[in-house]
Amino acid sequence: MMEQAHCRPNMPSYFETMGPRCKISVRNLNFFYGDQQALFDNNLDIAERRVTAIIGPSGCGKSTHLRIYNRIFELYPDYRATGEVFLDGQNVLDHSQDLMELRRRLGMVFQRPIPFPLTIFENVSFGLRQHYRLSRSAMADRVEAALKGAALWKEVKDRLHRPGTSLSGGQQQRLCIARAIVVEPEVLLMDEPCSAIDPVGTLKIEELITELKSRYTIVIVTHNMQQAQRVSDFTAFFYRGHIVDFGTTEEIFSKYSLLEEVPGKLNLDKLLSSKRLYVAPLS
Amino acid sequence: MKRRPARGRRVTNTLVTVWAAGSAVLGIAILFWIISVVVGRGVGALNLTFFTHLPTPPGVLGGGLINAMAGTLALTLAATLLAVPLGLMAGVYLAEFSEGSRAADFSRFSANVLMGMPSIIVGVFAYTLVVVPLGHFSGYAGALALAILMLPVITRTTEDMLRLVPNTLRESALALGAPRWKVTLAIVFRAAKSGLITGVLLAVARVSGETAPLLFTALNSPYWFHSLGEPTPNLTVTIFNYAMSPYPDWQQQAWGASLLITTGILAVTLMARFAFREKKP
Repeated sequence: MMEQAHCRPNMPSYFETMGPRCKISVRNLNFFYGDQQALFDNNLDIAERRVTAIIGPSGCGKSTHLRIYNRIFELYPDYRATGEVFLDGQNVLDHSQDLMELRRRLGMVFQRPIPFPLTIFENVSFGLRQHYRLSRSAMADRVEAALKGAALWKEVKDRLHRPGTSLSGGQQQRLCIARAIVVEPEVLLMDEPCSAIDPVGTLKIEELITELKSRYTIVIVTHNMQQAQRVSDFTAFFYRGHIVDFGTTEEIFSKYSLLEEVPGKLNLDKLLSSKRLYVAPLS
Repeated sequence: MKRRPARGRRVTNTLVTVWAAGSAVLGIAILFWIISVVVGRGVGALNLTFFTHLPTPPGVLGGGLINAMAGTLALTLAATLLAVPLGLMAGVYLAEFSEGSRAADFSRFSANVLMGMPSIIVGVFAYTLVVVPLGHFSGYAGALALAILMLPVITRTTEDMLRLVPNTLRESALALGAPRWKVTLAIVFRAAKSGLITGVLLAVARVSGETAPLLFTALNSPYWFHSLGEPTPNLTVTIFNYAMSPYPDWQQQAWGASLLITTGILAVTLMARFAFREKKP
């Protein structure tokens, strides 16, 4: 029970009785694109070293929600978030938060694989250089370890100095994963990482996710229900900027039979108005 | 409802098409006319002496413009060295660091105005700023005037080229915890490289044919080019002087210099196009 205290003093979390420690707690999170509100009072707990899937129809705020955790939305001046996102009990939305360090701890993999216009090696070493001073050989070791961690080493070890864009789509996405894990993050935020990848590449990335969860806390946004069911331990169900339900993936999928049919708008609206909204236990 | 006759529409359509195509043909024809005249008249002046000897007084055979070629190269190079860092960083500010700020709108507007500024006014400005206090004409003043002319071109192309870089690239670099300046210089610049080079080359092409801003700054000189600290020989003012002179041999040399400059600008423009094309498969 002591472990829960990490989340925030006196803050009960969803996992109180269930085992995994709570890595991230989202409390009363609202988000605005200019005047338009996109997220409404989101409350969510993310279990450490588990995979949490965020599902829901297009435009429901899944990616928006994820992009608050590492404050990448701040690239756009009129986007605004209110509320709290606690990472190990510390609110990442605090102005005193060191953004560089925050983003080292929370790695992100985007929808489209976007290699930097650099070589494969430099793509991985770029992040490393930002955070660590390393000798050339130590750098090479870390890059190799990261590429191995992303299950890409065998495919690229003979062409580390070719441009990153020379790889296939699936390989590029694994390069992006290597790039993210080389700085030793604690959390991996994955924003529909397979949506631009062919089925074989998708399979490899899903296997990789299952492997990576022994070391990282993973939050994955996906529109692919089978994928959510295959890779995740917990599932948050988003609709129109609200978190309409949250639970273990098993619970959620048995409740809604998501695999047989995509919930129609009518059912979702009913769900939204029935106040079955998921509310994390607040103190 | 009365229907419009189809014939009238067809006639109008033909007229507009012919007008548009004719205008295009006329524009291109004038360019080729100029080039053919310059080549036809200038090619006779180009010989080894032209490229290796100093100018001679009218009537004395065996003169060349080696000094003016060296001077023009030096002036353009100095102006480029001055304008490129400033222009690039101003473009970076406009594209990367000034989202929605009034200062940026004002700078962008100023750059546009500066781009349309008559070059002779920029020359007068450099004259009062450098030539008057120093008390003599100098290449530095000329280089300054040319740099001022290059600045807005480089700034605006840099801004446009950086804006073409997708934000997703910035996001992925920022998400690794890199600071914004690092993302810009190490990642975004690299992605926009060919566009940035194109901008610089176009700016070079723009100023290397300028005459007016050099008239009261670098002036000209019939002597060997030593340093930018004194009146500097250059091709464009030489063309101006020689073409206005009554001496046929000087006029011939002016044609030669014109051909040289035209070829140079054409080469730089082609290089710019090539640099930009290279990126896109």
